[in-house]
Amino acid sequence: MGSKRAAYLFLAPALLAIGVFFVVPVLAAFAMSFTDFDIYSLGNFTYARFIGLRNYSQLLNDPLFWKALKNTLYFLLVGGPLSIFVSLGAALLVQSKLVRFKGLFRTAYFAPVVTTLVAVAVVWRFVYHPRFGMLNYALSVLGINAVDWLGDAHWAMPAIIVMAVWKNFGYNMIIFIAGLQNIPDELYEAAAIDGAGRLQQFRSITLPMLAPTTLFISIITMIGYFQLFAEPYVMTQGGPLNSTLSIVLLMYQQGFRWWNMGYSAAVAFVLFAFILAGSVLQSRIQGRVGAQ
Amino acid sequence: MQTQSCINGSSGIDDTMVHIDMTYHSRILLILTATWGLLTASGCGSRTEQTAEVVFWALGAEGERVARMVPEFERRHPEISVRVQMIPWNAAHEKLLTAFAGQSLPDMCQLGNTWIPEFTVLNAIENLTPWVARSMTIRDSSYFPGIWDTNKMDSLLFGIPWYVDTRVLFYRSDLCAKAGYTRAPESWDEWFDLSAKLKREFPEDYAVFFSTNNEWVGPVIMGIQKHSTLLKDQNTAGNFSGPEFTEAMRAFKTFFRNGWAPVKTQQIVNVYQAFGEGFFSMYISGPWNIGEFSRRLPKELQGSWMTAPLPGPEGGIGLSLAGGSSLVMFSSSKHKEAVWKFIEYLSEPAQQLELYHLTGDLPARVEAWTDSSLADNKHAAAFFVQLNHVVATPKIPEWEQIAQKVREYAELISMDQYTVEEGVTALDRAINVILEKRRWLVYGQ
Repeated sequence: MGSKRAAYLFLAPALLAIGVFFVVPVLAAFAMSFTDFDIYSLGNFTYARFIGLRNYSQLLNDPLFWKALKNTLYFLLVGGPLSIFVSLGAALLVQSKLVRFKGLFRTAYFAPVVTTLVAVAVVWRFVYHPRFGMLNYALSVLGINAVDWLGDAHWAMPAIIVMAVWKNFGYNMIIFIAGLQNIPDELYEAAAIDGAGRLQQFRSITLPMLAPTTLFISIITMIGYFQLFAEPYVMTQGGPLNSTLSIVLLMYQQGFRWWNMGYSAAVAFVLFAFILAGSVLQSRIQGRVGAQ
Repeated sequence: MQTQSCINGSSGIDDTMVHIDMTYHSRILLILTATWGLLTASGCGSRTEQTAEVVFWALGAEGERVARMVPEFERRHPEISVRVQMIPWNAAHEKLLTAFAGQSLPDMCQLGNTWIPEFTVLNAIENLTPWVARSMTIRDSSYFPGIWDTNKMDSLLFGIPWYVDTRVLFYRSDLCAKAGYTRAPESWDEWFDLSAKLKREFPEDYAVFFSTNNEWVGPVIMGIQKHSTLLKDQNTAGNFSGPEFTEAMRAFKTFFRNGWAPVKTQQIVNVYQAFGEGFFSMYISGPWNIGEFSRRLPKELQGSWMTAPLPGPEGGIGLSLAGGSSLVMFSSSKHKEAVWKFIEYLSEPAQQLELYHLTGDLPARVEAWTDSSLADNKHAAAFFVQLNHVVATPKIPEWEQIAQKVREYAELISMDQYTVEEGVTALDRAINVILEKRRWLVYGQ
């Protein structure tokens, strides 16, 4: 009993910090999501009303929320897998025995991850420029007409996805490289002796051995991509026609621009529910696949 | 008067003295703390006892430059010291509200005059009516009436205009001349006529540029020119589907339907470049662009752009927005007399001119406009005329949010996603949701 108490005593500072800076704010935000806390309430607390689930029901009736959800899912379902494929591809290339200057490539591919997004966004805005952009110039050489990448409601999200994948794949690539290095060489040697080709080796050794890494990466990527914010915030401010408005951007606008804290808190918890559901679903699926 | 950090500094020494049994690291820590305490304590000692420190949050470019106006004030008032802190514009609103919630507001601030209603609701800013009544230097007759009015809430005054801002028409005089206009359009009919002629003359380019993807001013200005009240019932409901605003939106849509204004606005990444290339010939914008166009347009084009007051629907000068920044005093300030002296100083015509020279901000004091540096600026003249024809947008805290909705629906209408009638009806519906709280506050449940 005494040692148990001592253990808690040692844990106390950490628990206290987590309690004060994490649990309490989260609970307060949860409570706030049932009120209409806004700019009037900030001046006079009696102007905040307990409104039950009205923020949530208003949210479900808000076309902007559905638009934001659709955009976020679009970004997630297209950008997520794309990002994982690109990372895996890059990891395989960089790890390949044929490649020289591995360190250089690893650094080059990782550089966008550590570059500030604002700087990256400025450059990409020029790449996407409809009249002078590099991308449209390249397309014009192929005989394709100029596209107004960030100004066209259909193309803005794909443009954001390409930029986000380019910006982020380096991080997952590093994790994939670590995963690849953990696969013992003997397995490949044994397979080669048994006459397995390159593709067969990849399918039967590399992919299954990378399963835990892939699970980790896909969950992390999903959580990260669900919280899409900085790219549209810097590049398009959610436009044109809200085609790049994400859930977090909506939350930010409601909370910090308009000070509708109650409504904004409701958005946050709906987002939390989505991320939780997504993570559970993903680990279930991967668990089942892994068990087979 | 002692500042707070000094009290903390000296008590810091006493606290650390209590420790006995010290390790090497804690000894170093003690020395550092003690030194810091002594330094801050001696800093306090050197200051005269009755100095009042005024903390002034200035935003953006003003924040960078207004500090140069402080030494002269401190020379005249040795008992007051002014500390200017610069806050970037895009973080200012958030920071001020957070400071209010955390009770750490400065003594005074520069506030965009559309923010005044919000801070009045919070009871954060001082009613300046009695201060002006006692003042020898500040009186309403020295200011543009429309601008002065934006600082009033229910006949009480909460801010002193510092610099002013409104929107006028910037146009390429060379291109308009080719289309047959040697002067700016003076009515909506002329505005449309010139647009049509410009389009005919330069089919690849556009007559007007409305930045529908991030600005609400175009449709709102056209609405107030048509005498729409924008909101109704004590500002608790939208009035955008009313006949006045609907008509204004119809006129607005004319520009897009006829190809006079670009629908896809994102292709104009750089307004200056596009204006220089003649991609569009007319642009409704504010005083900062006098400086920007002078700086960024190539030299050979400097004689080819002009400003003019906005054309009115039936001819004459059309109304525009009463914008700008005001100086406000926070109710929580402990040095209100000192703050007021500084506000009076910044409002002197000479200092207003100084601010104009430092930043290019147009002076709020009418007297300052007689100075040759402004009177001889041919691009500023239109602003002086326009500033006598400005009105305030509805003075409620929700206005900014409503304005964004107007922008959103104006963009949808410009892109043909809605007809004008559908658009304004949907706009009112969205705005009535925003104003639900206000209806409850004004009318009870």
